[in-house]
Amino acid sequence: MEHVKCECGHVNPHGTAFCESCGKPLADLGEKLILDMRYEGSARRSQTYKKTMIDQIWAFFSSVKVGVALIVITLIASAIGTIFPQQMYIPPNVDPAEYYKQQYGWAGKLYYELGFNNLYGSWWYILLIALIGVSLVICSLDRVVPLYRALKRQGVKRHPRFLERQRLFGVSHVSDLDKTMAVLKERLAARRYHVREEDGHLLAEKGRFSRWGPYVNHIGLIIFLIGAMLRSVPGMYIDRVMWIPEGETKEIPGTNGRYFLKSEKFIFETYEKGKDNEVFNAAIDRVGNGMIAKNYQTNVVLYKRVGPVIPGAKPKLEKVKEYPIRVNEPLEFDHYALYQVDFRLNEPKAMSFQLADKQSGKTFGTVTVDLYDPKESYNLGHGYRVELLSYFPDFEFDEDGNPSTKSRVPNNPAFVFKMYAPDRPKGETSFVAIQQTIEPFGNNKYKMAFAGLQTRNVSGLTVRRDFTLWILGVGGAIFMIGLIQGMYWNHRRIWVQRVNGELWVAAHTNKNWFGLKNELRRLLDGTGVMMPADQLENDKKAGQGGQVHGHGTA
Amino acid sequence: MKKQQRLVMRTAILLVLLAAIGYTIYTNFFTEKTAVAVGSTAPDFVLTDLKGHEHRLSDYRGKGVFLNFWGTWCKPCEREMPYMNELYPIYKKQGVEILAVNVGEPKLSVEKFAERFGLTFPIVIDRQDQVLNAYNVGPLPTTFLIDKNGEVKQIITGTMTKEDIERHLESIKP
Repeated sequence: MEHVKCECGHVNPHGTAFCESCGKPLADLGEKLILDMRYEGSARRSQTYKKTMIDQIWAFFSSVKVGVALIVITLIASAIGTIFPQQMYIPPNVDPAEYYKQQYGWAGKLYYELGFNNLYGSWWYILLIALIGVSLVICSLDRVVPLYRALKRQGVKRHPRFLERQRLFGVSHVSDLDKTMAVLKERLAARRYHVREEDGHLLAEKGRFSRWGPYVNHIGLIIFLIGAMLRSVPGMYIDRVMWIPEGETKEIPGTNGRYFLKSEKFIFETYEKGKDNEVFNAAIDRVGNGMIAKNYQTNVVLYKRVGPVIPGAKPKLEKVKEYPIRVNEPLEFDHYALYQVDFRLNEPKAMSFQLADKQSGKTFGTVTVDLYDPKESYNLGHGYRVELLSYFPDFEFDEDGNPSTKSRVPNNPAFVFKMYAPDRPKGETSFVAIQQTIEPFGNNKYKMAFAGLQTRNVSGLTVRRDFTLWILGVGGAIFMIGLIQGMYWNHRRIWVQRVNGELWVAAHTNKNWFGLKNELRRLLDGTGVMMPADQLENDKKAGQGGQVHGHGTA
Repeated sequence: MKKQQRLVMRTAILLVLLAAIGYTIYTNFFTEKTAVAVGSTAPDFVLTDLKGHEHRLSDYRGKGVFLNFWGTWCKPCEREMPYMNELYPIYKKQGVEILAVNVGEPKLSVEKFAERFGLTFPIVIDRQDQVLNAYNVGPLPTTFLIDKNGEVKQIITGTMTKEDIERHLESIKP
């Protein structure tokens, strides 16, 4: 890997397209009229060294083609992931393998088997994103270092062959070279150009920092990815669900037992005619009175546990605050936020029965069974007594035909009562479920008559704590800064040189040639210096001629 | 010399990137989603059993603890209960305790269940889901094998045969 020494004396790294200092083309340019100024002709290192394994891996990730391919693959995969619903959105009580096949036929089956049902959390999707991150880092490093070097080392005096191969180039004959140079220098400085002079030659430059825009942008993206990665670090990101019925106090999951919540009330309101502003009437008529949700609200009390946290022990609670949690108005405390996300109305809480004589209909008292913590024995006085032998909150008959429960939630409560009366001292057994009574041991004299249902509403809350949010914010801000930096500023350079008594002017910009030409026109106006010609346009207004610069975010 | 430097630099950068990816993939896919990991100390708790006795996990230091989370509606739980009951007196003598944590069902249901199977080991009820949260238990049954130092040796989800239970009880003998 020998270095290449230019005739101006500057030593260039192998693979450099034109001398870093004077700009003399080092490689044979052939018929090409205009120099490819991309990366200042510097040698992207990965393209020149391919020795060890490490270098080869480096070269692979350094390729923009590879980067673009990774992005395209990720885009296609992401798009496929939206064809059918993701697994988290299908009903939770069905087998996903069955569900996809049933709902979407063979396509659904294939979808499930290829793992698209859980795409965004799948290992290969995360790996793809990670590879894009690697590509981003290496692509940037591999370009920004040589570019920085080349821009730092550029000489003022350029080789004539560099100048004449710039897109904007012109030769003028002026009477007083020194005077014209002085005027140009002054005008350039007035236009906020940074002007360097060497042996009577000028290099005027402005907006170089816009060249770093894409790399700043990439740094932002990488910070963003790091933020996303940190979500999997324990404690950084908590996203839990909490169901809390009215009147109950529960531990808030994800707080390690330090916080408790009591729900005072769940409120569900709708828009109603006559009660709400008249402007809503049209919409109410269209959808129906009381059909449009207006408010979902849980009135809660937040408690903090004092003393040591021992799960299971009755907590000593200290009231922190009361708060109405509404949609988009979460209860915030200690970096946690509790959001209103779901609800269940009128969930059974307690059931009442009357002990009654089947024939006469006479009743002997009411039994109220708490469906979450039923008592075993209920004394009604005067020798009347009811015992609860068995309780099935979510009743069903199991495979063997025995009564059993599906869950601990009282969706379909059923009871086995034993009723004692003065004339039935041994008791009568009755199986009571909703709309159904079975008397397993023959005809009873007494029955448990349904006398009422107490219900309560249950709130579904999301517990969220996100310490990565600010990292994502910083990453996003840097991303935008880089984008703006690269988009709204141009790196413009103007070379003015004396060559054999002539005045040579060449100019280059990384974008907005129109603006550069306008600026040149004003600069040269009245100086007797010819406006440089646009060689690319003159050259039959042909295509791009290698003037495409990398400003993408790839 | 310069080439050497470059190689070291590139290797270092690639290693850092690889470590970041490896960590992300590992934590997302190869670690238990439970808050309690194998090898960590089992979180202490206090719960009351059906007879009114308090059981504090840390009081069992020096003994192995077979900690079983279950519900009366859960058929796989029901299947392994008789085996646990059968092995309980044998291993109690050898310093291994069985502790069954019911996931907050009515005391009545739990009592009836215990009566039906004649269960003799202590059954505690986690009324407020506090212990369930602390152990981040998902599916039932889930069993934590805790050794005499209070360290979680193994986490088993799903039902076990009698041989399984015997082997597990054996593994946490002090």
